[in-house]
Amino acid sequence: MSNIIDASNLGKQYQLHHGGLFANASLKESFTAFAGRLRGALHSVPLEQKKIVPQKSESFWALKDLSFKVVQGERIGLIGSNGAGKSTLLKILSRITWPTTGQVKIKGRVSSLLEVGTGFHPELTGRENIYLNGAILGMTRAEIRRKFDEIVWFADVEKFLDTPAKRYSSGMYLRLAFAVAAHLEPDILLVDEVLAVGDASFQKKCLGKMKDVGKEGRTIIMVSHSMAAIENLCTRVLVLDKGQKMMEGYPARMIQGYLNSFDGKDKALFIEQWEDRRGAGSIRIHSFCVLDHEHQPVNILVSGREYIFRFGYKARIDKAKSIDFSFTVSDMAGRVLFRNRTLESGLDLPGTLCPKGYLDCRIPRLGLTRGRYTFGFTMIVDGVESDHLPGEQALCFDVMDGDFFGTSQLSDLAPVIVDHKWTIKGLKR
Amino acid sequence: MKTNTNDFEIIIGSDVPAGSVLKDVWQYRHLFYFLAWRDILVRYKQTLAGVAWSVIKPLSTMVVFTFVFGRLADLPSGQVPYGVMVLAALLPWQFFTHILSSTGNSLVSNASLVSKVYFPRVIIPVAAVVVALLDFFIAFALLVGMMLVYGVWPGMTVLLLPGFMGIAILFSLGTGLFVAALNVKYRDFMQLMPFVLQFGLYLSPVGYSSSIVPEGWRFIYSLNPMVGVIDGFRWVLLGETALVYWPGVFISVVLSVVIFIWGLKFFIRNERDFADII
Repeated sequence: MSNIIDASNLGKQYQLHHGGLFANASLKESFTAFAGRLRGALHSVPLEQKKIVPQKSESFWALKDLSFKVVQGERIGLIGSNGAGKSTLLKILSRITWPTTGQVKIKGRVSSLLEVGTGFHPELTGRENIYLNGAILGMTRAEIRRKFDEIVWFADVEKFLDTPAKRYSSGMYLRLAFAVAAHLEPDILLVDEVLAVGDASFQKKCLGKMKDVGKEGRTIIMVSHSMAAIENLCTRVLVLDKGQKMMEGYPARMIQGYLNSFDGKDKALFIEQWEDRRGAGSIRIHSFCVLDHEHQPVNILVSGREYIFRFGYKARIDKAKSIDFSFTVSDMAGRVLFRNRTLESGLDLPGTLCPKGYLDCRIPRLGLTRGRYTFGFTMIVDGVESDHLPGEQALCFDVMDGDFFGTSQLSDLAPVIVDHKWTIKGLKR
Repeated sequence: MKTNTNDFEIIIGSDVPAGSVLKDVWQYRHLFYFLAWRDILVRYKQTLAGVAWSVIKPLSTMVVFTFVFGRLADLPSGQVPYGVMVLAALLPWQFFTHILSSTGNSLVSNASLVSKVYFPRVIIPVAAVVVALLDFFIAFALLVGMMLVYGVWPGMTVLLLPGFMGIAILFSLGTGLFVAALNVKYRDFMQLMPFVLQFGLYLSPVGYSSSIVPEGWRFIYSLNPMVGVIDGFRWVLLGETALVYWPGVFISVVLSVVIFIWGLKFFIRNERDFADII
């Protein structure tokens, strides 16, 4: 199949101006600069000429040398930290901003949804706003009329169609705005982090709608910080870093790679020197790290995934009758959420203990929602406390949204997710 | 509805000429309708007087000018009542200032659209002209009423009225496009505009007849394109043939066309940077 988007060497340079027209310059100087800028229009001045203009300005590349191709029907996820260039890329593809270097060839109608409710006018009624917003997003009047009822049904605002949008609750406002956008029928849809709006049930509706759009064979390029949404919707992921492409490939791998890229050095935490410890020290924990299902160390965890919490130990004894090791996970408010304890879940001890080794605790599906958690541990060897690190601010790890139940529905009301299944049965009378 | 994707091929690149956006204008005509429609709908929302404002503004100015220039200064008004003469000039003048100020501010007041959606930017200022046209027609009805009351009948020359309106549109839109583009970067123009329009009001024959301008100054006076437009309005509506200074009208036409083309070119040349600096 042919490429629907073909981008080569895209670059976007921004000028950062410091101060106003007359800042740090004599009146005459700034006037010449001003006249010069009028003549050279408002275009960004090429770098060589910039020296002539006596103005404090700095430039930076929001995107640099980015090349990629998209085939029709692909759903591309763009991930990267803030300032990686994701939004700039979407803005270039949607022709809002123009690249400084390179070019893109796009075959097909493009609609972009960079903000929910762009162009909504608070004084206009819901009905009027549907038409206005539709036209802004590139729909024709006939198209909007044809989809009108569906949009109203999706947004669930029938009763308020003739009420000015300024009287809407923020939820209604968002629902209506998204509903219009969701009924676009472009060949290529560009979406920027707009699924993160509304309540949980509406988010689910939106995700479902996006899936349908994908099924219709449309090409989607989306930016999201929700790894669950990306993994669920996308067929390919592009990871951007500081305006450049870091990697590209299958969603699951890219997401893991991206999450691992955060301060990559200290994956295992060496805690041997930590002072606030108690215990006799026959067996002491000296390091800690989290591994994913492929035994690769990770820094940020995703809910619903498999992880191994690995505690490296050093032993001064070679035999122990019982090892009672436990770690306690708390939320940032200090509430204890759960405790994993060898004594309860069982641990087969080897005949002899090596002086160095590790204790692995495998968690098949991490039942924590997005957030930061702290934990501490206790090691009791043969009934004697050997090592203890209190839980308060001892160690912490971060969890990102993940698709725990495989339903694209995120749980975030409570910190802990308990695996379960629902059924419904009718009783015959 | 599945369009053949080969119908659209867009090339976005640093070396694509700026003028290529003009061919998109037709494709985005629906947006033009809706923006104009929005501006009309919103214009008098939450006002008590509503559309009456479109009448109150020219009417009150007419009363003041008639009193100051006609009574106190006792300036001549030819064969027609002073008020009618003033109103015939206020119409094109307010049309001009309305277009200029609304197009000049149009990009900034639609900043969220400019930075979040693509469309040929020229649609925004041009849509702003539609509201001015509507206001013009409402005020025009007022003038027709006044003419009926005072028994002033236009001749066949009234058919030339659209021509003079055309000049006014070209001049004001051309200037407005220029100001709109500059306003994106330097909001100073938003502050400057009321001043310039205030001076312009006295430099144009709105409150008085251009017959009081000394013959030797006539040419320089006519370098203001609105002079030709206003004299033209008075001529075709009130039959004041003597007012029309043909070299002046010629200058108006040429200047308006040049300014329009210049403004449009300037606008399109800078269009790509609007979203970055707005």
